[in-house]
Amino acid sequence: MHVHTCLSPCADVNMSPLAIARQASSVGVDIVGICDHNSAENTPAAVEAARKHGIHVLPGMEVTSSEEVHILALFDELQAVMKLQEEVYRHLPGENDDETFGMQVVANVEDEVLGFNPRLLIGATTLDVGEIVDKIRSLGGLAVAAHIDRESFSLISQLGFVPEDLDLDALEISHAISHDEAVERYAPSLPVLQSSDAHQIDHIGRCRTTFMLEEVNISEMRKALGAKEGRQVVR
Amino acid sequence: MTLKEVVEKLGLSALTQELANDTEISGAYTCDLLSDVMANGKPGNLWITMQTHQNILAVVRLKDLAGIIVVNGRQPDGDTIEKAADEKVSILGTGESAFSISGRLYRLLEES
Repeated sequence: MHVHTCLSPCADVNMSPLAIARQASSVGVDIVGICDHNSAENTPAAVEAARKHGIHVLPGMEVTSSEEVHILALFDELQAVMKLQEEVYRHLPGENDDETFGMQVVANVEDEVLGFNPRLLIGATTLDVGEIVDKIRSLGGLAVAAHIDRESFSLISQLGFVPEDLDLDALEISHAISHDEAVERYAPSLPVLQSSDAHQIDHIGRCRTTFMLEEVNISEMRKALGAKEGRQVVR
Repeated sequence: MTLKEVVEKLGLSALTQELANDTEISGAYTCDLLSDVMANGKPGNLWITMQTHQNILAVVRLKDLAGIIVVNGRQPDGDTIEKAADEKVSILGTGESAFSISGRLYRLLEES
C-alpha cells in the first residue's frame, strides 16, 4: 500500500510506473498503493501500467505535515488524488535541489521521461496532521499514519502518541517489525497494516498486507480494516 | 571562532573521526524539524539537534552548515556516521540538553 516511484527524490530512478507494475505482478502483489512524497504526478501512468499487468493501483500520496509526520492518502480515482495534490502544492514551499536530494522524474506508461518536478517534494507542507487527514477524508480517501515504528517522520517519533481526535483509518508499520511486536509496543486502537515503503524495485512485496475483499476499492478496504461485513485483513 | 575552539571550550565529543577544525562558526541554529532548518539555517551555522538519522547530512550540505551538535548523549546510526565521513560532515556530541548547550554556545559566541 506504500510504494514510491522515481518521482520521489529518495527513490531509485528506475522505479518507473511500468517497472513497478511489472515487478508487483511478478512477486504476486495484486494491489499497489502509489505514494510519492507530496505529489501524485506519476499515478496516471501507474494506473495505466497496472491495467496492462493485471494488477490494481490505488493512486495515493505520502504527505508531509508541518510537524514532519508522514501521512498516506489512498484513493479510488485519479481525480481525487489530483485534488489532494492541488491542496498540497498550495502549501508546499521550496524548490528541489537535484544533487542534494535526488531527481524527481515524471514518467509515462512507456518509461519515457515527461519532465522533472521542480518542487521541494522532500519538504514539509504548512498543513498540520489534522488538516491533512480531514482533507483526505473529505475527498473519500483512506488516511493512514505512515511507518509509525520509524524513528523519524512518524506520528510517534514526532508527536509521541496517536492523537485521539485524528480521524485515521489505520496505522502503518514498516518491514522492520512484526504485527505482533507492533501490537505489544503500541497497543493500537486503530487497525494496523504493513507495507514495503519500497524505494527500490527489490523492496516491492518485501512485506505486505492481505485483504479479503469483494472488490478492490477504498470502501471495501475500510470494511476489511474494521473487520466488517465479512471483509477482513488476513493474518 | 573556529569549530576547534568551540569543541574545546564547550567540551564536545567528536562523533565523526575527522572534524573540519578550521571552519569559522557564523552562529548556530537549534531545531529538530529538518524543514525548518532548511528554511532558516545559515552558512557556517552549527546545528544543534537531537536528530541522528541520515537525512540530517543532506541538510548540512544544502545549507552549508558548519556541523551538527547532537544533544542528550544520543548517538547517530552507523549509516549516518559512515555517510558523514564520505561527505566530510563534522558531527559533535554532548550529554547536555539542547537548551543547555545552546545557552553555553550563545554566550561563547557573544563573548568572542
